[in-house]
Amino acid sequence: MKKFFARAYLILILLLLYAPLIFIAVSSFTESRVLGNWTGFSTKLYSNLFSGSMQGAAGSLMTAVYNTLIIALVASLVATLLGTLAAIGIFYSRSRAKNAVMFLNNIPMVNPDVITGVSLFLLFVFLGVTQGYVSVILAHITFCTPYVVLNVLPKLHQMNSNTYEAALDLGATPAQALRKVMVPQLLPGMLTGFILSFTMSLDDFAVTFFTRGTVGLETLSTYIYTDARKGGLTPELRPLMTIIFIVIFVLLLIFNIRQERAAKKKALLK
Amino acid sequence: MSKEGIIISLEHLSKWFGDKRVLDDVSLTIKKGEFVTILGPSGCGKTTTLRIIAGFETPDDGNVYIGGSLMNRVQPHKRPVNTVFQRYALFPHLNVFDNIAFGLKLKGVSRSEIETRVMRVLKMVGMTDYEWRNVDSLSGGQQQRVAIARAIVNQPEVLLLDEPLSALDHKMRKDMQIELKQMHKQLGITFVYVTHDQEEALTLSDTVVVMNEGVVQQIGSPTDIYNEPVNCFVADFIGESNIFNGTMIADRKVSFMGHEFECVDEGFGENVPVDVVVRPEDIYIMARTDRGQFHGVVSSCIFKGVHYEIIVNTPDGYELMIQDYNPFEAGMEVSMIIKPSDIQVMRKERITNTLEGEMIDQTHVELLGCGFECLPQEGLAAGNKVRVEVDFDKVELTDDKRDGTCEGDITFILYKADHWHLTVRAENGENIYVDTQDVWEDRDIVGINIRPEDMRITRAEESAA
Repeated sequence: MKKFFARAYLILILLLLYAPLIFIAVSSFTESRVLGNWTGFSTKLYSNLFSGSMQGAAGSLMTAVYNTLIIALVASLVATLLGTLAAIGIFYSRSRAKNAVMFLNNIPMVNPDVITGVSLFLLFVFLGVTQGYVSVILAHITFCTPYVVLNVLPKLHQMNSNTYEAALDLGATPAQALRKVMVPQLLPGMLTGFILSFTMSLDDFAVTFFTRGTVGLETLSTYIYTDARKGGLTPELRPLMTIIFIVIFVLLLIFNIRQERAAKKKALLK
Repeated sequence: MSKEGIIISLEHLSKWFGDKRVLDDVSLTIKKGEFVTILGPSGCGKTTTLRIIAGFETPDDGNVYIGGSLMNRVQPHKRPVNTVFQRYALFPHLNVFDNIAFGLKLKGVSRSEIETRVMRVLKMVGMTDYEWRNVDSLSGGQQQRVAIARAIVNQPEVLLLDEPLSALDHKMRKDMQIELKQMHKQLGITFVYVTHDQEEALTLSDTVVVMNEGVVQQIGSPTDIYNEPVNCFVADFIGESNIFNGTMIADRKVSFMGHEFECVDEGFGENVPVDVVVRPEDIYIMARTDRGQFHGVVSSCIFKGVHYEIIVNTPDGYELMIQDYNPFEAGMEVSMIIKPSDIQVMRKERITNTLEGEMIDQTHVELLGCGFECLPQEGLAAGNKVRVEVDFDKVELTDDKRDGTCEGDITFILYKADHWHLTVRAENGENIYVDTQDVWEDRDIVGINIRPEDMRITRAEESAA
C-alpha cells in the first residue's frame, strides 16, 4: 500500500512536469491557429517551419533560431576556452589568491540575470561596443565562463600534477604540454562545461534582452516574447519547441549512457 | 679537480619557500657515469635539489651547470636530463607505447625508429608485450618500469630518479634495486637518485650525498659515509651507532664513558670536547674478564637473523648497543674491548646554545621569538642586541606547550648512551638544543623554559650594518 502511494506520487509529479511539453507536442500536429483546438492531424506547421517563408509578428522565426544557435555556439566555445585557462590559473595560484578569485567567479552565478543584463548593457554603452551580435555574444561569454571554471577545476584536482612536468621533462614546450597532456585529461570537464554553457545560452532571455540593442536582433527567447506581446503565439512555435525538446532529450540520453559505460569500465579495471 | 669528466656541478645553491630556507649553500659535483644518491630525511631538501637540476625550480642563489653550460634559466624541456617521478606521472590518456614514444615523437624521430627504440627499452625493463595496454591497468611495479622506460628511451645524459621505489613493497623494491644497478651499468649514463632509505643508498651508489635541513652534511663513498661519518647526524642516520660525548685528551687518546681509550685520530688539540661514534658490530663482548677495557651487565639480547643485538648497561649509567654472533643472557656480567681504529672521533658542532636576542627591559630578554625573564642586567637597556648562552642540560621542556615561555617542536632526537640530545625548533624557526633524561617523541610540540640564572647574557658586538 505504502509502495503504491509512493509510486502514484512519483507519477503525478512527472505528469505535472511533462504535461505542458506533451500538450505542445500533441498540438504541433494540427493546423488550428488557436492552441488547444484539435482540427485533425496535419504536419503543415512543420513544413511551414522549414519552408523558411514563415513570418511572424516579430520577423522570421527561422532567423531567430539561427541567431540563437550561432550565439550559443560561439559563446560556449569561447567560454570553454577562457574558463579552462582560468581554471588552470586558479589551480596553480597561491591559496589566498585562489580563494579570492573563486569568490569572484561564483558571484556572477548567483547574480540575478536582470542585474547582469542591465549592468552589461550600461558597460557596453559606456565602452561603445556595437549593440547586436557582438554585445550579446560577449554577454553570454560572461555568464557562461564561471560554469566552465567550476567543471574543469575538479579535473585538475584529480590530475597527477607531475604529468605536466613529465611532459616538459620529455621535451615538450609548455604549450605542447598543455595541449598534449593537460587538455586530454581535462577534456571531460571541458565538455560538461561546454554543454552547460550551450544550454544556458540557448534559453537566456534577460541578458539577451538588455544587450541586443535596437538593431532588431532576435533570438528564440526574445522572438517569443515579442511575438506574444503582439497578439498570440505563432503556431509554428509548437513544432519548433517539440523538435528542441526531442533533440535535447536524445542528447541527454546519449550523455548518460556514455557516463554509465565509463563508470562500468572503470569499476571493471579496479 | 679537472673540469673534464664532470657532468653536473651545483655551486652554492640556496632556495627559499616563503620564509623557509629549504636549501642552504648546497654545492656538489657529479662525474659522468656516476651513480649518485642524495640521501636524507623528508624535508631535507633532497627533492628540491633534484627539481633544480631538472629545471622545475629555479635557485634563488647559486649556479647549476650541466655538461659545462650554465642552466639556471634554461627551461626543463631544453635540458639533457630526464626524470623518473615518485608517483610515476604516466599519461593516463595514452597507452604504454604512446607514453614511452612521447618524447621521441616530439623530437620528430621517424616512425620506424620510434618502434625499434620503444621495443628495445620495453625489453630492457622486462615489459615486452605490454605496449598496447592501458597504463591504468598496470600494477605499481609495472607502472614504475614504464616510467623508467619513458625516461631512458630518450637517451639522456643524466637520469634523475625521485624516490622511484618508495611506493613498492619490500620484495619488489629489492628486485628493482638490482635491476636499476644493472641498467646503470648497461646504459653507462649518470644516475642521480633521491631517497630517504639509507640501505638503498648504500646498496646502489658510487657516491652518497647526505643532506639535512637544506645543508649537505657529507659527501663520500658508501663505505666512507658508514665508517667515517663527519657528525652525529650522519652517524645516526646511516646504520646503527653508539654516540657518546667525549673529550680528546691528546693526540690518539680520547676519553668517554668515564674511560680512556686509544684511538687513531690526531690534530684535535688537547682537552677538546668531541663526539665519539662506535658501531655496534665494532664492540667486542666477552664473559667478564680482567682483560676487558670496561665492564657491564647485559640487559637484553635479541636474535636478529644473522646476529644478536645485545643491550649492555655499564656501572656508570651508560647504555650500549652491541652486535655479536653469540648470545649473551640477560643479567650476565660481561667485558668489552674497542679497537683504536673502530673509534670515530668527530669535532662537536657546538658545545652550548648560543642565541641572538634583544633586551625588552632590565629583566626580560627576547629569545627565539618569545620574551624570557632574566636576571637584572646592569648596563644593558631595552633594544640592546645581546648574545645569550644556555647549556644544553639547562633547557627545560614541558609536555603542555602552554606551560612553556616559548613553543617548539622536536625535529631530531639523538641517543647519546646516557641521555637524549634533542633538536627543538622554536616558534621563530631557530633551533635550540636540549640534553635530557626524559623520553620525548619526534614531532612532539613542547613548551620551552629557561631559568633566569641559567642564562649567560653578553652584549652582542655592533655589526657594521
